[in-house]
Amino acid sequence: MTRMPLTTRRAALFGGGGLLLATLWPSASPRASTGMLVENATAPFAPNAYIRITPDNSITLILPNIEMGQGIYTSSVMLIAEELGVDLAQIEIEAAPPGSAEITGGSTSIMTEWKPLREAGAAARTVLVQAAASRWNVAPSSCTAASGVVSHTPSGRTFTFGELATEAAKLPLPKEPTLKAASDYSLIGKSQHRVDSAIKVNGTAVFGIDINVPGQKIGTVAASPVMGGTVRSLDRDAAMAVRGVVAVLVNEPRDAVCVVAEHYWAAHKGLQALRPVWSENDNAHVNTQTIYDQLHDGLKGPAIIPSPKGDADAVIAKSHSTYSAVYQQPMLAHATMEPINCTAHVRPDGCDVWVGTQVADRAQETAADVTGLPKEKITVHSQYIGGGFGRRLEHEYITQCVQFAKQTSYPLKIVWSREEDITRDRYRPAYVDEVTAGLDEKGHVTAMKHRIVGPAVVARWDPPELTKEGYDEDLSVATLITSYTYDVYRLEFARREAPGVITAWWRGVGGTRGLFVVENFIDELAVKAGIDPVAYRRELAKDNARAVAVLDRVAKDSDWSDPVPKGRARGVALQFAFGSYMATVAEIEMQTPETVIIHRVTAAVDCGQVVNPDQVVSQIEGGLIFGFSAALYNEITLENGRVQENNFNTWRVMRMNEAPRRIDVHLIASTEDPGGIGEVGTAAAAPALANAMASAQGHRYRTLPLLSSRNQEKEAAR
Amino acid sequence: MQTVRVNGQTHSVDVDPDTPLLWVLRDVLGLNGTKFGCGIAQCGVCTVHLDGHPVRACNLPVGMIGERSVTTIEGVDNADPIVHAVKKAWTNLDVVQCGYCQPGQVMAAIGLLKTVPNPTDEQIDSAMSGNMCRCGTYMRIRKAIHLAAGETA
Amino acid sequence: MNRRTVSHSCFVLVLLAGTSLFSTSHAATASSLERGEYLARAADCEACHTAPGGAPFAGGRAFNVPGIGVIYSPNITPDPVHGIGRWTDDEFVKSVREGVSPSWKHLYPAMPYPAYSRMSVDEMKDLRAWLATVPPSANTAPANQVKFPFSIRALMIGWNLLNGPASSYPDDPQKSPEWNRGRYLVEGPGHCADCHSPRTITFGLSKDKAFAGNVVNGQRAYNITSDKSSGLGAWTDQALADYLATGHADGHGTASGDMAEVVSYSLRHLKPDDIHAMIVYLRDVKPQSSNDEAAPVRQPTSGDTTLPQQTNGARLFASACSGCHLPDGSGRQSAFASIAGARSLSADNGRNLLHVIIKGSTLMTDKGNQPMPAFSGGNYSQKDLNDIAAFVMTHFTEGKPSEHAFSEFAKKPD
Ligand code: FES
Ligand code: FES
Repeated sequence: MTRMPLTTRRAALFGGGGLLLATLWPSASPRASTGMLVENATAPFAPNAYIRITPDNSITLILPNIEMGQGIYTSSVMLIAEELGVDLAQIEIEAAPPGSAEITGGSTSIMTEWKPLREAGAAARTVLVQAAASRWNVAPSSCTAASGVVSHTPSGRTFTFGELATEAAKLPLPKEPTLKAASDYSLIGKSQHRVDSAIKVNGTAVFGIDINVPGQKIGTVAASPVMGGTVRSLDRDAAMAVRGVVAVLVNEPRDAVCVVAEHYWAAHKGLQALRPVWSENDNAHVNTQTIYDQLHDGLKGPAIIPSPKGDADAVIAKSHSTYSAVYQQPMLAHATMEPINCTAHVRPDGCDVWVGTQVADRAQETAADVTGLPKEKITVHSQYIGGGFGRRLEHEYITQCVQFAKQTSYPLKIVWSREEDITRDRYRPAYVDEVTAGLDEKGHVTAMKHRIVGPAVVARWDPPELTKEGYDEDLSVATLITSYTYDVYRLEFARREAPGVITAWWRGVGGTRGLFVVENFIDELAVKAGIDPVAYRRELAKDNARAVAVLDRVAKDSDWSDPVPKGRARGVALQFAFGSYMATVAEIEMQTPETVIIHRVTAAVDCGQVVNPDQVVSQIEGGLIFGFSAALYNEITLENGRVQENNFNTWRVMRMNEAPRRIDVHLIASTEDPGGIGEVGTAAAAPALANAMASAQGHRYRTLPLLSSRNQEKEAAR
Repeated sequence: MQTVRVNGQTHSVDVDPDTPLLWVLRDVLGLNGTKFGCGIAQCGVCTVHLDGHPVRACNLPVGMIGERSVTTIEGVDNADPIVHAVKKAWTNLDVVQCGYCQPGQVMAAIGLLKTVPNPTDEQIDSAMSGNMCRCGTYMRIRKAIHLAAGETA
Repeated sequence: MNRRTVSHSCFVLVLLAGTSLFSTSHAATASSLERGEYLARAADCEACHTAPGGAPFAGGRAFNVPGIGVIYSPNITPDPVHGIGRWTDDEFVKSVREGVSPSWKHLYPAMPYPAYSRMSVDEMKDLRAWLATVPPSANTAPANQVKFPFSIRALMIGWNLLNGPASSYPDDPQKSPEWNRGRYLVEGPGHCADCHSPRTITFGLSKDKAFAGNVVNGQRAYNITSDKSSGLGAWTDQALADYLATGHADGHGTASGDMAEVVSYSLRHLKPDDIHAMIVYLRDVKPQSSNDEAAPVRQPTSGDTTLPQQTNGARLFASACSGCHLPDGSGRQSAFASIAGARSLSADNGRNLLHVIIKGSTLMTDKGNQPMPAFSGGNYSQKDLNDIAAFVMTHFTEGKPSEHAFSEFAKKPD
C-alpha cells in the first residue's frame, strides 16, 4: 500500500470537505466530444473548480465524483444547474483530475456534494448577475439567471453567461451565497433524464477498456494464482512465436506476467503459450474451510468492544429466556461487467494513465511511486467505469499496469481476462457472526450481544482509520448504527484476517454484511415470540419516526396484512444505513427447496431530500438485483490457495428471467439532507429474501449464499 | 489476411482466422462500442448482428464469417423504425446505469423485435436472459422493449 | 492451425542433425517424417500424451481406469531424461506394438498397443522419427496409482496372452482397397474399438459386440455399428464424413468430450480419402443393437425464440445456454453451436449431455476452437445442472429424463 494524504473514507462518509470554490474560467477550452471525458492538458486548472464558462458560452461542469452507473453525473449536474440557472442540455461534463476528486464510494457522493455543489452554482450565479447588473447599471436584485442567460426583468435586456464570463471572473466570489428555498427548486426533486444515457445507448461512451491511444499495444496479464507466488519459469519463445505478440514482460515483484501484442487475441494466445510456472508458498494450503474454521474459532476468546451500552451479559443472564444464532457469509467477488483494465504511457518526463477508478488520487500516487516521477508529472485521465461496486476503490491493477508500461516505450493497455478478473479480485471478506438476545416473557429484547468475526478491511485500505483499539467502524453499520433502540447492547469484534486472499470493500460494505445478520435475527425473534415481524420491528424502532414511517409504508404497499397468495411467502427487512432509511418486503415462491422465484419486491425509502427521484428508484432496483444475485448464488471458494470460480459459467449472476417480475419503490418526501442510495438496495436484498425463504420453508437461512447446501444440512440438524 | 464485412464496409484484416470477431472489431477496426465481458458467450455484452441476427462476437472466429455481414452498435440504421424505437425507449426510461452492457442489450433487443414485433414478457425473458447486466437494469430493459414494441406496432 | 504443423518444416533440419545423437538407425527423410506425422495424427498420440494445459506429448494426463486405478500417460517428447530421447528405434517399436517398454515394463492397456500393432515396423519408425522432432519437455508424469493386483506389471503378460497384441495382417483380397484401408485405420491407428467396443471380463475388447458402444470416462462412446437405429446405419455418407472430418454434422450436433478430442487432434487432419475409407469399413461392421438409443427428436419450431419460463431448467437454458445454442437449438454463432438432432441430447438417458454440461468440451477446428464452458464447480448447483439437462432432453427430444441416473452420472469421477 502506498501512503496517501487523502480525504479519508470516514470524512467522506460523514460529510468532510466543504471548501468551495467556483471559478469562472474565461479561457477557451476544447469542448467535450460526445461521451469522452474532456481532456484539459493545456489549460491551467484550478483545483476544486466545478464550473467553467467560456466566452463562447460553453458551460462545463467539472464533477468531483466518477460515474460508474450510479447516476452521479446527472445529480451533480442538477445540483449545480439548479443554483446556477442553466438547462441540463446546455452542459458539458468532465471528471475532476486527482487532487480535487473525492473518493467515490460508500454511497457518499450526494451526501458530501449536496451543499458544496449548490453553493458553487449559487456563487457563480451571483457574480454573473453582478457583472450584468454593473454593465446595465441596475440593481442585481432586478436581474435573474435562467437557461444560461442573465435577464434584466424590467427592461427585458439579456446577456448570455458566456458574454459575462470574463468580467465575472474578476469579481470576488461571495463567501456564503444565498441558496434557493426548496420550494423554488425547478430541477431538484424532479426526475431528470440521465446526462449519460444517449452515449451509453449508442455505444460511444468511452470506458477505460475502450481507450485507444495512438501507438498503443495491448497486453493481457496472468498473476500468480496463489497469493504471494512469484514466477519461476516461462516459455518466452513459445509466446513470442504467436503471430502478433510483441513482448513478454515480467513485473518487478515478479508476481505477474504480461504478454503484449497488436490485439487482445494475440496477447491471449501468447499468454496461453507462455505457460508460466509459479513458486508455491504457505498460501497454497488455504482452502475455503480454513477460512471458515478460523472465523468460527473467533466466536470464543477476546474481542474489541466498541461503545457498549449497559451490561449485556448481566442482563441476558437475568432475562426470562435467551436466544442465540450464528450466521455465516462467504467471500464475494465484484465481477464488474467491465473487466479490469488500465492504460499507461510511461516516458522519461512524464506518465499518463487512462483508467476508470474510484480513487484517482491513489492512481496518481501509485504511478509516481512505480515510475519514480514526481506526482505532478502523472496525469490521470478518468474514464467511465463499467461497474464499480467497490472494485475500483482498489488500485493494484493500476500499479501493475504501470509496472509493465515502465518497460515499454509505447502506451500499454492491459486488459484482464474475465478469469483473471474473478480469480485475482480482492474479495468481500467472509464473516461469522453470533447474536444473542435476552428476552422478556413476551419475547421482546431486554439486551443484545453481537459478535462479529472477520477482517478489518479499513486496516489495509486506509490504516489511520482503524481505531486505536483496532476496530473498523464500517462494522457499526446496521449493528451499532441502527433504527432500533436497545436498552442494553454490546457489539464485539474479533478480528481475523483471511489468509491467502486480500479483502476489500464491496457494494453496501458494512451495511450489507450487518443487515443480513441483524434483520435475520430480529425476524427469528419475532417468529419465536409469535409476533408479526413488521409489528415486532415497529416496536423495536418506535423511537425512530423515519424508520417507522418506511416500515408502515412498505407494509401498506406490499399488502403485508393481506393473506399471502397461495404457494408464496413474504419476508421483510428494515434498515438505516448510508444515511437513508428503507424497508423492504420480498414476496417469493419456492417450487422446490432449491429454486426461488421472486415475484414482487416492495420498498419504501426515506433518503432525505431526493435530487433525482427516478434515479433513486433505478439504484434501488439495480441494488436489489445485485444483492439477490449474491444472496442466492455467490460464494468465492478456495482450493489449495486458488480461487475456484473464474467466469460467468461458475460465478453465477442473476439474469433477467430470474429478476423480480415487479419492484415497486416508494420514496418518502423528506427535507432532511440527502442520504446515500447506491448501496441501500443491495443491503436489503439478502435479509428480505432470507426471511421470505424461512417463512416458505419453515427453517432459517443463516448461511449465505441462501441456496448453498450448507443451509439445508445445518438447519436440518438443528 | 481475413476479409470481413462490417457496417457495410469490407475490411481486410491481418489476423489469424481463429481471432474472434470481437477483437477484430475492437482492436483492429477500432469499433469499441461492442464490449468484452467474458469471452465465453455467457454475458452478451459483445452482441452484434450477423446477417441481422444477434450473435456473440467473442465466440465467433472471424474465419467462420465468410460472406455474411456484421452490424455493430455503431452501424445500426437509425432510420430503421425498430432501431429508432429501441434507442428512444432506452433513453426515455433511463435504462442505463454503468452502461457497459447496454450496447449488447440494445443489439439483442433490436434482434428480438425484428423477429417478434410484439413480444410477451416470457418472450422477452427468453430472448434477453443471455445478456447479463451486473447493475441490474432488467426491470427497465423489459419495460423499454414493451415500449419500443408499442411504438412500432 | 496447429502450432506443430506450422513449425514442422523448421524441425526437419534439426532432426537430421540430431538423429545420430539418439541412436536412431532409421533414416529420417522428409517423406518419412511426413508419414510419421500423419501416423501420429491418425493414432491420436497427442491427445493422450498431453496433460490439460501441459506441453504437447509431455505426458501426465490422467486415465481413470475403473477397478484398476489412475494411470498417467508418459512423456514421449525427445527429452533424453524425462522423455524417450534415449530409446532406440527398436525399443520404441516394441513399446508401441507390444506394450513392453525398454526397462522391460509392461504397459497398461490404456495404451492401445494391441491396435497399434496393426501398424508395420517401418511405420513405427516413421512415427518415431517424427516424434523426435517435437520440442523436448522435462515434464515428469506423476506415478501411476494402480490397485493391487494390477500394480504387478508382470500380470500384463498374462493379459497380453488373452487380449494382447495382434499384429499387422494382410489385406482381405475379397474386399475393396478402400475397405481394407478403412479397416486398417479403424482397427489400427484409429483404435476406435478401444472406446466404442465393450470390454470383456478381463478388460479386453469384446469381439462379439465389436463397436456396439461402451462407457468410457463417464461418457458413452456410442454404438458405431451399421445398425439403423442403434448405430450409424441411418446417417448419410455426407453426415458421417462431416462429423469425422470436422466434429459436426447438421442434424447430428457436434462432437464433445473425448470424441471432440479425437476429432481435434486426429480425425480432422486425415485426408478425405481416408475418412471415406473409414466410412466404407464402418458401413460394413456387423449391425448390433444396443440399449442406448436416442429418443425421437422433437423439432422446436425453427426461429421460435420463446422458451417456456416455468421451470428452473428452462430458465437456466435461456440464460446460460441459448446465448450460443439459441432457443430452437439451431446454433447462434456457428453451425458448431447447433445441438438439434444430437444423439447426446437423450441417448443413454442424457449421459453425455450431462457430462458436457458439467465438464465442458473443446473442439478444435482449422478456424479456431469451439469451446463449451464447464458449469460445474461454481455457483450452479448439481440440481441446476440436472435441471438444464432434463429441460434440454424434453425440449428437444421425446426422451424422459431419469433424475436418479443423472445423479449417478454426476458422481462419476473422470
Ligand atoms: S463477451 Fe461475449 S458473451 Fe461475454
Ligand atoms: S448497466 Fe452496468 S452492467 Fe448493465
